[in-house]
Amino acid sequence: MTSGIMDVEITEKVIREHGLKPDEYDRIVKILGRKPNITELGLYSVMWSEHCGYKHSRALLKTLPTKGPRVLQGPGENAGIVDIGEGWAVAFKVESHNHPSAIEPYQGAATGVGGILRDIFTMGARPVANLNSLRFGPLTDPKVKRLFSGVVHGIADYGNCMGIPTVAGEVVFDPSYSENCLVNAMSVGLVRHDQIIRGKATGVGNAVIYIGATTGRDGIHGATFASIELTDESTEKRSAVQVADPFMEKLLMEATLELIHGDLLVGIQDMGAAGLTCSTSEMAYRGGAGIEIDVALVPQREKGMTPYEILLSESQERMLLVAKPGCETKVHDILAKWDLHAATIGKVTDTGRMVVKEKGKVVADVPADSLADAPIYHPAKSEPAILKKHREFDEASVPVPAQMGPILEKLLADPSIASKRWVYRQYDHMVRSNTLVRPGSDAAVIRVKGTTMGLAMAIDGLGSYCALDPYEGAKIVVAESARNIACTGAEPIGMTDCLNFGSPEKPEVFHYFDRVIAGLGDACRAFNIPITGGNVSLYNENPTGAIDPTPIVGMMGLLADAGKSVTQWFKKEGDAVYLLGEIGDSIGGSRYLQVVHGKKTGKCPSLDLDKEAKLHQALRAAIGKGLLQSAHDCSDGGFAVALAECCITGATHEREALGVKATLPGAGRMDGRLFGEAQSRALVSCEPSKSGELEGLLKASGVPWAKVGSVGGKALVLEGALELPLGTASELFFGAIEKVMES
Amino acid sequence: MRFSVTVFPGSNCDHDCEYVVRNVMGQPVEMVWHKETDLKDPDCVVVPGGFSYGDYLRTGAIARFSPVMRSVADFAAKGGLVIGICNGFQILCEAGLLPGALLRNKTLKFICQSVHVRVEETDTPFTNACSKGQALKIPIAHGEGNYFIDPEGLKKLKDNRQVVVRYCDPKGALTQEANPNGSLDSIAGICNLKRNVFGLMPHPDRSGEDVLGSSDGKFLWNSILSATAVGR
Repeated sequence: MTSGIMDVEITEKVIREHGLKPDEYDRIVKILGRKPNITELGLYSVMWSEHCGYKHSRALLKTLPTKGPRVLQGPGENAGIVDIGEGWAVAFKVESHNHPSAIEPYQGAATGVGGILRDIFTMGARPVANLNSLRFGPLTDPKVKRLFSGVVHGIADYGNCMGIPTVAGEVVFDPSYSENCLVNAMSVGLVRHDQIIRGKATGVGNAVIYIGATTGRDGIHGATFASIELTDESTEKRSAVQVADPFMEKLLMEATLELIHGDLLVGIQDMGAAGLTCSTSEMAYRGGAGIEIDVALVPQREKGMTPYEILLSESQERMLLVAKPGCETKVHDILAKWDLHAATIGKVTDTGRMVVKEKGKVVADVPADSLADAPIYHPAKSEPAILKKHREFDEASVPVPAQMGPILEKLLADPSIASKRWVYRQYDHMVRSNTLVRPGSDAAVIRVKGTTMGLAMAIDGLGSYCALDPYEGAKIVVAESARNIACTGAEPIGMTDCLNFGSPEKPEVFHYFDRVIAGLGDACRAFNIPITGGNVSLYNENPTGAIDPTPIVGMMGLLADAGKSVTQWFKKEGDAVYLLGEIGDSIGGSRYLQVVHGKKTGKCPSLDLDKEAKLHQALRAAIGKGLLQSAHDCSDGGFAVALAECCITGATHEREALGVKATLPGAGRMDGRLFGEAQSRALVSCEPSKSGELEGLLKASGVPWAKVGSVGGKALVLEGALELPLGTASELFFGAIEKVMES
Repeated sequence: MRFSVTVFPGSNCDHDCEYVVRNVMGQPVEMVWHKETDLKDPDCVVVPGGFSYGDYLRTGAIARFSPVMRSVADFAAKGGLVIGICNGFQILCEAGLLPGALLRNKTLKFICQSVHVRVEETDTPFTNACSKGQALKIPIAHGEGNYFIDPEGLKKLKDNRQVVVRYCDPKGALTQEANPNGSLDSIAGICNLKRNVFGLMPHPDRSGEDVLGSSDGKFLWNSILSATAVGR
């Protein structure tokens, strides 16, 4: 059968079915000085795919700011790493698993968590927190209910078994994702500076060791494999989606960390996308070396696998490592302790080539660096006509409702705004006993044991804004995430992004991509936040169109004193409540306009980066001085929803709901002041005895502010606008998703 | 006093138990690998939470056969103190050191949240620092915490006052809403007849410090310290 595979003729059809363009094929022929065989074609096919090679996105990604005094590792490795002091550093990254989750939500989401965790511990870091960002169609769709339930269950089972707390996340339901759900998983790990390790192969003759699960036919790239399926009956047995085994991953994590901390390795790389192909070629390329493996030595789950299948398999929970000379025995001892499969499958060479053999016979021989050097494209772009329509939308055509109370009720029960308690209750968010701020506040905070430090973290995305104005929308995504971090009192020190878009080969989609990158870059430069890595997920579209352009950002913040961190809910009767920033009255792009008036349009809120930065500084200064009892970002649903959340979300930490009596500041249309989504705003509360000092600080900060009321009572009272009993607000906010999912 | 924490390959609360015992309670603690049989001369063995061997079959079903659990059983038979938390409770039930079984939560979902438990018995080495009826705020995090036992077994548990903690509301009342997982008779934790083996689903290892939301777990740890201060 092996010979059958090897004999596949490289026709135009085979090339096309491997997702390679004719000029890309010509390039391969030129690199090799001959025609590739089918195995070699498979290698280039996966490594030059958008997922591994970033061929449409790389040119623009290079414009993003990636440097900073704290950055120990930027993009290009398994995860970025940022220094936090005292010899500690934090490794973090976000990655998509959209397509597998759409096919098989439980396994797709679970293996997404597994993949991102491997990226973290492969760097020598112990994972300490997980986050995730999810997008589905409207929750009224039964298909969405099934997807949502399966994805959450998959994430929960994987993270819970691994013992990594899932501490924060977000979920949005919007018709744009009806046919293409998004599952972006982020992981965060802690590492000592001197234990950071990278995915490189060096030292001629060093052993290349395979560890973890056996290699099966699961996850072999469907499209690239299509041409061979016909000639190989065994491939009918392969499953399209990888299967998760979190217990195996737990063993792999513990063993890997023990190996790294024992200083036994030269380099290590996980096998994720493109499996063995990616791990071997990238390790050789990064180490400036060559690598030689024999696929017959790879532990296999099934009989009769071809070199092509072994190289392209995406079986989960596998790693490749290069041991230091003389350490092989110790490596095998540690692996035996954890009952892990281990096999020496090859060695490091000085040829610069990736040589694959099968029982000694060469089946592929290509320059390792050529696999990592995918072609770079500069796709055409053109602004979609719809953007002008959005900008010119006449807000005055939207009537101002007579009653505002029912609108607040409707928004609190909107699944995108409502509490995600149904979700995070399924995630173990406390294991490792570091979680100081649990899910349900603007950002989670975990402590770094043995220090006074805390890490604040949040993950955010605003596809609907980016659909209206990709540049402004992308700026706001960064600003909102950094604001969430600032509301805990922390300073953002690094960011990771996952860029979810439609096909880059469509000029209108690429316009969004281009403008989003510009917006992310400008915002990160303004806030001095380096982007240390991430992931691109393109082709999220179906015959009815592409998803909203959805950059998801994961933000990492640092608190020198974790004990000073602040949460979003009100703490005590009598505390003074302030609005920082300007109230505004535009309803453009708001959740209110979409949910209440059924219009997903309008001018996207604009963001002044300078004003935003001042707000963050003021929040940090006030929290650092112990002046704030609570701080909450005003975002979707606007001022009124944010105020309601301040009243009722303390339930997350078993605190009683506290009412508020306030006046609505500003002038203009009342629905805009209540529910509009003007940027650079936060709601804070302060003990009356500290009001003077806070006001002094705010005056000096240059941030506009207004004292709007005080905490107390059993209702949210906005004089002249609305009044809502806390019981009703809580029931709507906490019950909205639970009611749908448990019915 | 000396603690030993058993470590299975899928344990994930072993670090939390180690931390609360060493850093919060200031006691020496040894970690004992599941393939070992030497418990390292402890006064109290902690069987921590997690997923012992992946628990794909049934929680704790394989762990009971491990070398370390044979030693734990011997240690318990000689009167040594054993506390099993979450997966540790499941393992102790599977190993026959405690009666009954833990079924899937009635919601069929994993539940992670703070709950309250009422201390029903204070004449155990694990609750002697509590007052009877005291409501302790301690988090749970499990998919299979729904305690079950046959009617005869339940009667024995009650007759012998082996039900140590029950799920309750913050004021100590036993209500259906306060029972998160459907446990029979709101049972959150039980001890054996000799009262030296205790298993519970809630996590005193995650509730030893106010910054984590509660330090009520210390009532249990302090109980163990005062029990052994009296002597083995």
